[in-house]
Amino acid sequence: MTDTTANATHFQTHEAHDAHHDADHKPGFFARWFMSTNHKDIGTLYLIFAIIAGIIGGTISGIMRAELMEPGLQVLPQWAGGNIDEAAHLWNVLITAHGLIMVFFMVMPAMIGGFGNWFVPIMIGAPDMAFPRMNNISFWLIVPAFLLLLGSAFVPGGLGNGAGIGWTAYAPLSTSGSSGPSVDLAIFALHLAGASSILGAINFITTIFNMRAPGMTLHKMPLFVWSVLVTAFLLLLSLPVLAGAITMLLTDRNFGTHFFDASGGGDPILYQHLFWFFGHPEVYIMILPGFGMVSHIIATFSRKPVFGYLGMAYAMVAIGVIGFVVWAHHMFTVGMDVNTKMYFTAATMVIAVPTGIKIFSWIATMWGGSISFQTPMMWAIGFIFMFTVGGVTGVVLANGGIDNNVHDTYYVVAHFHYVLSLGAVFALFAAWYYWFPKMFGKMYSEVLGQAHFWIFFIGVNVMFFPMHFLGMQGMQRRVPDYTDAYAHWNHVATIGYMIMAAGMIPFFINIFYSLAAGRKAEGNPWGEGATTLEWTLSSPPPFHQFETLPKID
Amino acid sequence: MKTSLKLFAVAAAFGMAPASAFAQAAAPAPAAAPAAAATTPAQQPTDAISANSQAAPAQPAEISLANTGSEEPSNASVLSSSVTRTLPNATVGQPTGALGFQPQVTPIGEEASSFHNNILLPLITAISVFVLALLIYVMVRFRRSANPVPSRTTHNTVLEIAWTLVPVLILVAIAVPSIRLLAHQYSPPKADLTIKATGNQWYWTYTYPDNGDFEIVSNVLKDEDAKKRGEPRLLAVDERMVVPVGATVKMIVTSADVIHSWGVPAFWAKIDAVPGRLNETWFKTDRPGVYYGQCFELCGARHAYMPIAVEVVSRAQFAAWVASKGGTMPGAPQSTSGDETATSPVTNPAAAAAAAGPVPTAGGSATETSPEPTGLNPATGTPAVSTQGATESRRGN
Repeated sequence: MTDTTANATHFQTHEAHDAHHDADHKPGFFARWFMSTNHKDIGTLYLIFAIIAGIIGGTISGIMRAELMEPGLQVLPQWAGGNIDEAAHLWNVLITAHGLIMVFFMVMPAMIGGFGNWFVPIMIGAPDMAFPRMNNISFWLIVPAFLLLLGSAFVPGGLGNGAGIGWTAYAPLSTSGSSGPSVDLAIFALHLAGASSILGAINFITTIFNMRAPGMTLHKMPLFVWSVLVTAFLLLLSLPVLAGAITMLLTDRNFGTHFFDASGGGDPILYQHLFWFFGHPEVYIMILPGFGMVSHIIATFSRKPVFGYLGMAYAMVAIGVIGFVVWAHHMFTVGMDVNTKMYFTAATMVIAVPTGIKIFSWIATMWGGSISFQTPMMWAIGFIFMFTVGGVTGVVLANGGIDNNVHDTYYVVAHFHYVLSLGAVFALFAAWYYWFPKMFGKMYSEVLGQAHFWIFFIGVNVMFFPMHFLGMQGMQRRVPDYTDAYAHWNHVATIGYMIMAAGMIPFFINIFYSLAAGRKAEGNPWGEGATTLEWTLSSPPPFHQFETLPKID
Repeated sequence: MKTSLKLFAVAAAFGMAPASAFAQAAAPAPAAAPAAAATTPAQQPTDAISANSQAAPAQPAEISLANTGSEEPSNASVLSSSVTRTLPNATVGQPTGALGFQPQVTPIGEEASSFHNNILLPLITAISVFVLALLIYVMVRFRRSANPVPSRTTHNTVLEIAWTLVPVLILVAIAVPSIRLLAHQYSPPKADLTIKATGNQWYWTYTYPDNGDFEIVSNVLKDEDAKKRGEPRLLAVDERMVVPVGATVKMIVTSADVIHSWGVPAFWAKIDAVPGRLNETWFKTDRPGVYYGQCFELCGARHAYMPIAVEVVSRAQFAAWVASKGGTMPGAPQSTSGDETATSPVTNPAAAAAAAGPVPTAGGSATETSPEPTGLNPATGTPAVSTQGATESRRGN
């Protein structure tokens, strides 16, 4: 074992006497799941929520890909009663909902609320989160937030029902450009989701700083905890900016202010600066916990400690810090001063350095290891390569002069789906299979897991790689219809979606099959490579773990 | 002519794709394309369809939003018998379904695409392949059956410094041409012509302040009209933005409602149209032809239906076109129209019509154009274009 991470074999395990104390006394069903103060139960709730949101968000993207399969409008007019403008508006509602759901209601709840809640306290040797009741309200804020967002699709929002403003909600399209209450509901949804995340971030920071077990110094903390700590700071510092920006949208819409209205002395570009000051850290919020998870999985299945632990931890810190000073690369075409553009070009490219450190450190972790290729490892290796591909197109986009052509094209869509749909989501699936035995006490089916990986891997690549070609040819984002020259690769992309969707079937079968009939999981099903504290507990862990704190030396 | 025939072959292929729902008519059958080819003069590089006969309603009939420039079609029908309409080149100025960028026709576009194709693309491909090769190597070499006992190595200072410094050096190497490209983009030559583009939901208007400040309204063509004219659907417009070949064109871009974005991929030009701001970009091309672009910023329901078409023509054709729109050429090329520069003819269609009278010969003779010498040629250009010197700023805002 390394000198820098917690060594699980050096302290006694607790499942033996946890079992016959109050530790496993569980409240009744309603109190347990609706008034929960238990970090593991809340984590499970978050995961269930994220899966439901993911199904909805993924279905929406299926409708989008179906519409884009052929030039012309085929699908949406049927949904919109044949009215073309309503159909085109519906398209905008779908892209808005897809973006917001996947960002705020799928990836974030799964990464931070789900796996973060489940494993940060266990990994630092704490019995629970610092503020268990606040943890509960964090979850129960995100449910009404989601309902508000879904509800916004059924009230007027301009030419049809729903908010058709894009997840970025640029003013003035989101203010004077969208009448009706729909956008207001969507803004309230973001307010609630933001409040939920801020409370969660406070909880994580407090927990990690104050509740580490004796001997668990910051530099012995598992990398997943580091990643959640950095993420929590990003949330804490960026979400209030979003909250302010969308509140100004709200008052512009309803109370006659002119923050973003040029005719009243405001500035539409100010909104973009505020949004992306939040929005760029947000994309690291979505990927950093994935970095942490992948580090654990690579180390576990290589039976080797993480290579360059300190470099890995501080690379994440560096990514978090730099992530706050590159936001305007999302706005290269707004009419920016050349010097500003040069700065944001250079600053953005700097991010490639810590990211490169992480990629190479993962490979170095595998180097010399004794690698087995169970499902979590497949997802993690897939993550490394796909994230690299998404990362290098990010370097292309960082160049303000190059972005001038591909800005707001499918090249950008391809880029951010490679880092999110093939990056963050791969990390989520890796973590899901990695921790499934721990969380539910049952082994998943390896065959179904491998089928899920390979079909999904092929599907998303067939879906997203051709989008690079479309973007370089000039196909703009956020359009339901396109000129015929784009037909071929759009057709291919939709086939990719179908493959990907087929890949999700084994995932769902696996959940139900494994929970019902899966082999019982041992405390540590992964063997000597799994060294963090959760593997010292039973599977599933006792309702309350670590009533006696572990000691780490 | 070879290009034209190729174009119709492409059109026939596209005919098999379902028609847009915007077209109320039945989907064009593949057989319709050859018929169109037969009736269209395919022998000439420029197709002399007059806007007059094609003065289709700008908006699809079933949409009742009143954003059609009401004064504009009438202008066109009265005046533009003189104006030729260049057929697009099937491979330049519009997407082809190829894997890379559209062929670039501006100096900036050439520099940028060469930077991408010669430096960035090989580099990112090499990095991706390198990472993939490393992954495959470790997966094979260090699989459990091949390497049952793992090493305990967790540090290698030399290696860690190397994979920090090498990316830094690579990025510095990228940054030099990247910053140079930005500097070039922001140091345009003296402008020969200024055009103000205004984004509206959902069409573009173009104003020519150097040429009597006339305005044209540019709406997407219905699918069947685009087909009839041999133009790509959803990219063709009724009134193109016309510029002279070889001229440095300064685009002042703004919006009347929400944010749009004016972009033409073949020019490597894209700038947001923001209400309350006058953004600036520029382009200069020596290749006559038709270049398509779209709105690149989500602007509401019909974001996909406000394309951009820029027609680059000879100076003589440009002058004829300006005259047909009721505009004037600064410095008045006396050979053609009478001198009525004092007032903006756009406000007075009748005067504009009179002005347009003598033009057809000029326009017609220029149809068989060859690319002219560029705008720096004093013989043709000296007084023909003016620059708004006062706003010759390097900044877009």
